Amino acid sequence: MSGPSIMETLFQRTLEDLIKGIRLQLIGESAFISKAMEEIRKEIKSTDLQTKSIALQKLSYLNSLYFVDMSWAAFHCIECMSSSRFSLKRIGYVAVSQSFDEQTPVLLLITNQLRKDLGSVNEFEAGLALDCLANIATADLARDLTPEVFTLLGSSKIPVRKKAIGVILRVFEKYPEAVRVCFKRLVENLDSPDSRILSAVVGVFCELASRDPRSYLPLAPEFYRVLVDSKNNWVLIKILKIFTKLAAIEPRVAKRIVEPVCDHMRRTGAKSLMFECIRTVVSSLSEYEIALKLAVSKIRELLVDEDANIKYLGLHALSIIAPKHLWVVLDNQEIVIKSLIDADANIQSESLRLVMAVISRSNVVDISHVLLSYGHKSDPDFCNEIIGSILSACSHNLYEIVMDFDWYVSLLGEMSRIPHCQKGEEIENQLIDIGMRVRDARLELIRVGRSLLIDPALLGNPYLYRILCAAAWVCGEYVEFSTNPPELVEALLQPRTSMLPPLIRAVYLQSVLKILTFCMYSHLQKQSSISFPSSHNLEGVMAECVSRRKTLESSDIPTSAQDDVFNPMISENILCEEDIPVETKGENLFFEKNRFSQESIVNLLNAIESALEPLLGTLEVEILERARNVLGLIDLIKQQIPNHLSPEEESFSREASEVWKLIRSMNDAFCEELGPVSFTAQEKIQLPEGLVLEENLRELDSIYGILQPPLNFLPQREERVKELPDSEWRSRDDLEPSNESTSLLVEHRKRHGLYYLPSGVSNDYPLANDPRSGEHDYDENEDLIRLAAQSLAPKKKPNYSKPRPVVVRLEEGETTFHIVSKKPNSKYDLLSGVVQDVLQETNPMESSQKGKEKVSSDVPPGSKENLQDLVDPMGERSGSGKSKHRSHGKERDHKIPKKNDREKDENCERARQKGSHRLGRKKTRQRAEGQTDLHAHTPGQIPDLLL
Amino acid sequence: MIRAVIVMNTQGKPRLAKFYDYQPVEKQQELIRSVFAALSNRAENVSNFMEAESIFGPDSRLVYKHYATLYFVFVFDSSENELAMLDLIQVFVETLDKCFRNVCELDIVFNYSKMQSVLDEIIFGGQVLETSSVEVMKAIEEISKLEAASNAISLIPYASGWSRR
Repeated sequence: MSGPSIMETLFQRTLEDLIKGIRLQLIGESAFISKAMEEIRKEIKSTDLQTKSIALQKLSYLNSLYFVDMSWAAFHCIECMSSSRFSLKRIGYVAVSQSFDEQTPVLLLITNQLRKDLGSVNEFEAGLALDCLANIATADLARDLTPEVFTLLGSSKIPVRKKAIGVILRVFEKYPEAVRVCFKRLVENLDSPDSRILSAVVGVFCELASRDPRSYLPLAPEFYRVLVDSKNNWVLIKILKIFTKLAAIEPRVAKRIVEPVCDHMRRTGAKSLMFECIRTVVSSLSEYEIALKLAVSKIRELLVDEDANIKYLGLHALSIIAPKHLWVVLDNQEIVIKSLIDADANIQSESLRLVMAVISRSNVVDISHVLLSYGHKSDPDFCNEIIGSILSACSHNLYEIVMDFDWYVSLLGEMSRIPHCQKGEEIENQLIDIGMRVRDARLELIRVGRSLLIDPALLGNPYLYRILCAAAWVCGEYVEFSTNPPELVEALLQPRTSMLPPLIRAVYLQSVLKILTFCMYSHLQKQSSISFPSSHNLEGVMAECVSRRKTLESSDIPTSAQDDVFNPMISENILCEEDIPVETKGENLFFEKNRFSQESIVNLLNAIESALEPLLGTLEVEILERARNVLGLIDLIKQQIPNHLSPEEESFSREASEVWKLIRSMNDAFCEELGPVSFTAQEKIQLPEGLVLEENLRELDSIYGILQPPLNFLPQREERVKELPDSEWRSRDDLEPSNESTSLLVEHRKRHGLYYLPSGVSNDYPLANDPRSGEHDYDENEDLIRLAAQSLAPKKKPNYSKPRPVVVRLEEGETTFHIVSKKPNSKYDLLSGVVQDVLQETNPMESSQKGKEKVSSDVPPGSKENLQDLVDPMGERSGSGKSKHRSHGKERDHKIPKKNDREKDENCERARQKGSHRLGRKKTRQRAEGQTDLHAHTPGQIPDLLL
Repeated sequence: MIRAVIVMNTQGKPRLAKFYDYQPVEKQQELIRSVFAALSNRAENVSNFMEAESIFGPDSRLVYKHYATLYFVFVFDSSENELAMLDLIQVFVETLDKCFRNVCELDIVFNYSKMQSVLDEIIFGGQVLETSSVEVMKAIEEISKLEAASNAISLIPYASGWSRR
């Protein structure tokens, strides 16, 4: 298809041919493009600039719409750009703007071409160069071309001046020193009668002020004039944006603009301007009642508008005002609630956010139920959004707004059963967190956990695995609240559990162990209540431990590694058993109600045995280990008390007592309460000598990364439940890890580092709820909210017969973490520094000066040289390797030295005048300061106009 | 600031893509794809705004308009007004309409560079510099003349694609 090389020029495909070819798709798009690329590569090397430029044009097209790389053609771009023919030049410029970035090596070569075109008499050539500069300017380019841009800022051609103003933003950003040269002229353009110029310059100031509003406070009077005088909506919108920033940091500005903003709000027919006024009021002027009332009435208009866009923005405005004036949301809550079922996802999530802002203790129950019922109806994404926001709202600041944990726990259970629920991890964290923190909620937790566990259908949904994991843990940990432990065991061992990931299955098995221990304990306690009153002497425990160890060794567990794990723990057990009386937590509900019969125990043991035996062949170590543990225990029990399990109860023998002791101590261990652990727990641990944590962990990182990236902490913790010494639990309970236990912990970490988190933070449980997440406290609005709740569900009145249960809270560990506010970019710091300098030097508001400066703003093109001179010293200070350009500039300087000198003199004169004038101003300002002491913090002066 | 302007058809094929902060081509492709995925999920007759922070990072908003087979998408930050951006899309389309007399997707496909220069007259380095389609048309005609003139001196008789109209 491609033409022979000799006819290359004549039969070159144009861009249009290329597009047609792609559309025809005779050989498929990608094949066609690679063929076209071959042609382009050939053509672009042509010495004929026309051929080259068309090739480049095609390449730019393919780059932009078909994502073909064109960085290799950088030099060709420059060649085209330097053509004297406009059409080729334009192709070159477009290609440069599109493909160059700061790293492009040939970037240095375009400076002179840009300078030439910026100075071109053809406004479109200058426009091309400005456009290119606005896209690709680097610090070097900005520095070298500042004088040209400065000249164009005063151009008499509106389109060029407009673009020069636009390019200023990039120049300032890349080269802050340019502010010294250009700022004054930029400010002068604020007086321009041409609305296009004004729009451009206000746009630039809007960008600048959005990054660093404080520096531009001194310009407030100028902006104010525009705000009052301008009739152009584009300009007004930008000016309002500037004032939104300024008013937020300077109350006097706010006071001053209230009236004009309200005027605009009343007068304008344009929705865009109206919305901008509203936004200004709700974000910066909400203390002014007149403005706020007006804005609220306008918001209402927006909310009832047919147009979805307007409605969305109305809701958006509400969500800006919500933190400060919640009543506005409450006034409109009907619309907000209705918007939850809007067809538009934006409107839905915006209204959800608003509903969440209104949530409080008094209405959380109603709102959650309303939301969940909406969630059931809506699409999966929004449903998850709803669930997520309920979860975070309720858990905020340690479940601050939850009064009734039974309700909340059952709500969590209900959420888990929503088919699209993907918030498993969050629900898991909260279930466990509530278990640890709220004793009174455990009964309900067990009930919810049980209902989740026994439902075999749930095991098919991978999103639920994390929740099931939490349910299994809860059922094992708080089994004493269960009404039917054997049923739990059955649920935990049901055949479909084989679908679970191994680590979660390991949690299941660990729970089985806990429940089994509990059942045995309850059973034996009943029998032994006569022969073994609950005395805990050291000897007894010692004997028990020894026997336990012996039996473990003799039993079916061959691995020596396991012994290593157990040994230190047992000795620790003995130490701790000594001084702390063991009390079984809670009331053994099950034990009280229906005791285990011999038969049920035997059945239970057999059931577990038969379910676990197949697991002995598994390759998953976590499962294998736990299965072996449980089977080992069963084995032990069966060996020790074979007769005892037979009906005659009086044959309660000496043998059985060893099992009894074993079971009792295991049960005691499992009964220890687990409390939440502070984020800073790890920091309290003293580092033992000779232990280099970082090094160790870094190695582990790679190992751990391979092993199991997901499912981070639960299994580790389970590991510890089993292996860690008793004292460790107690210390967790006390929430102040003792030194003894911490050193043990470190010891353990040293030995079994593999099982620890690679992060090096060994908090057993990261808090399920992060106190950082919330920021608003609505307590003071309690009354209003109650009103809202009443109107939401008029028949029900919140009535708390029960007091709110105690929520365990750490003293100092859970204090809010202060996130260090992001420091502003150093580049902007630099920029604002220069801007402040310039504003202090020249006060642009001086009316007497204005006429004079106006004259200087219309500098004829010839005066560029003087500016070159002005900038050059700065170039010398910061730049290097630019001597070529500089000497070029100097050469030009020589041509008209006289004019240059004259202008310099003028400049000096002007500066002197200005200096004296400023002195005068200073005096008046000092006088003013005597009256109001508000000034100190503003960097520049705020002229009296605003005071 | 306006961060990006994308024109694409309802099949997700980009017709014009302009990013005002430099993005490597791979990233551009990815962004356009995610924008299209998000757009094609939206129902008709819903609002023209879309959450864009997941695609373009913090402080970014997106406004789009659906004309026949084309999506016009503007991505911008908090220093622009949402409704003004919607108007700006209108201005852009109006100008194209004037350029091509009842613009359709084919016009846009075959007049890529003309469309580009229309956009460049309206948005300059991410800032809105012109909101009047009359002014834009004036500039575009001037540029066309200039290009025709510069091509006329050429010995090669054909013109480059976009000056034909």
